[in-house]
Amino acid sequence: MIPSILFYLFSVVLLASAAMVVSARNPVHSVLFLILSFFNAAALFLIAGAEFLAMILVIVYVGAVAVLFLFVVMMLDVDFAQLRSGFQRYLPVGATVGAVLFIELTLVLGGWRLAPESAALRLSPTPTQFSNTEAIGRVLYTDYILLFQLAGLVLLVAMIGAIVLTLRDRKTSRHQSIRRQTERTVAETLELVEMSLGAGVPQADFYRPKPEPEPAEETHAGGHHGH
Amino acid sequence: MQVGLTHYLVVSAILLVLGIFGIFLNRKNVIIILMSIELILLAVNLNFVAFSAALNDLAGQVFAMFVLTVAAAEAAIGLAIVLIYFRNRGSIQVEDVNLMKG
Repeated sequence: MIPSILFYLFSVVLLASAAMVVSARNPVHSVLFLILSFFNAAALFLIAGAEFLAMILVIVYVGAVAVLFLFVVMMLDVDFAQLRSGFQRYLPVGATVGAVLFIELTLVLGGWRLAPESAALRLSPTPTQFSNTEAIGRVLYTDYILLFQLAGLVLLVAMIGAIVLTLRDRKTSRHQSIRRQTERTVAETLELVEMSLGAGVPQADFYRPKPEPEPAEETHAGGHHGH
Repeated sequence: MQVGLTHYLVVSAILLVLGIFGIFLNRKNVIIILMSIELILLAVNLNFVAFSAALNDLAGQVFAMFVLTVAAAEAAIGLAIVLIYFRNRGSIQVEDVNLMKG
């Protein structure tokens, strides 16, 4: 009795907040409702017995993805009122498509039943003696190890892609150009000068800038000669 | 009465329809469209978990984890694209995106 009451409570909140996500006026509110719907979905996972996925949902979605959304929404200085201008115009089309899709899904659900031999087709039956997390770990690192590694690869590609996409090459930032460094020759940077004996440095006038004409008022005499 | 598979399937069907409705409703705002895609993937995950619980098969939960991974990667890449698009054009109108070439 208690689980079904909780199920109805969480699913009603989930669906209401999902409706608010797509119809909220302010995108920040949309993100906050998205977080609420993720929490409620995690509760539904808990009721279904998938504890590990519920915790992962809270950590990954609420902790990372929703915060990422919030970050981007607040960082972009967008005129959101202008973005909503076609809201009324798109409403009938969206409602029609949604209604058609929902009717189709209910028709499928009405005519569908579980095949009797489906229990024999299970890939990895849930063990009874382990907790949910341990059972998932036992199959994830053995039977699904290839998929696990590929998921890690997907995340790596996403990380590199996001960095490469958003890394901005500023004009003021100082990079080390290795090609330019290795291409430098001695003749390019170093000039050998033949000095006559006893002539002294000041007469070879490329060593330091030529002395500027002194200003008449002599406010900071000699201040420029250091460089 | 017990919470059965059908309850979960109905909830996730409504959630999926809400997500698709959101894509149609917010045709101009890419960020809301990305959130709608997250809702759709959440509905898919709910289906996976419900079937996994009903059939006593852990494969559904493992697959739901991979869906979660791909959804997180997709959100990161999508938001990065939105960011550079906004940086270049100063707006996130979907109608202008067909100018994005190269």
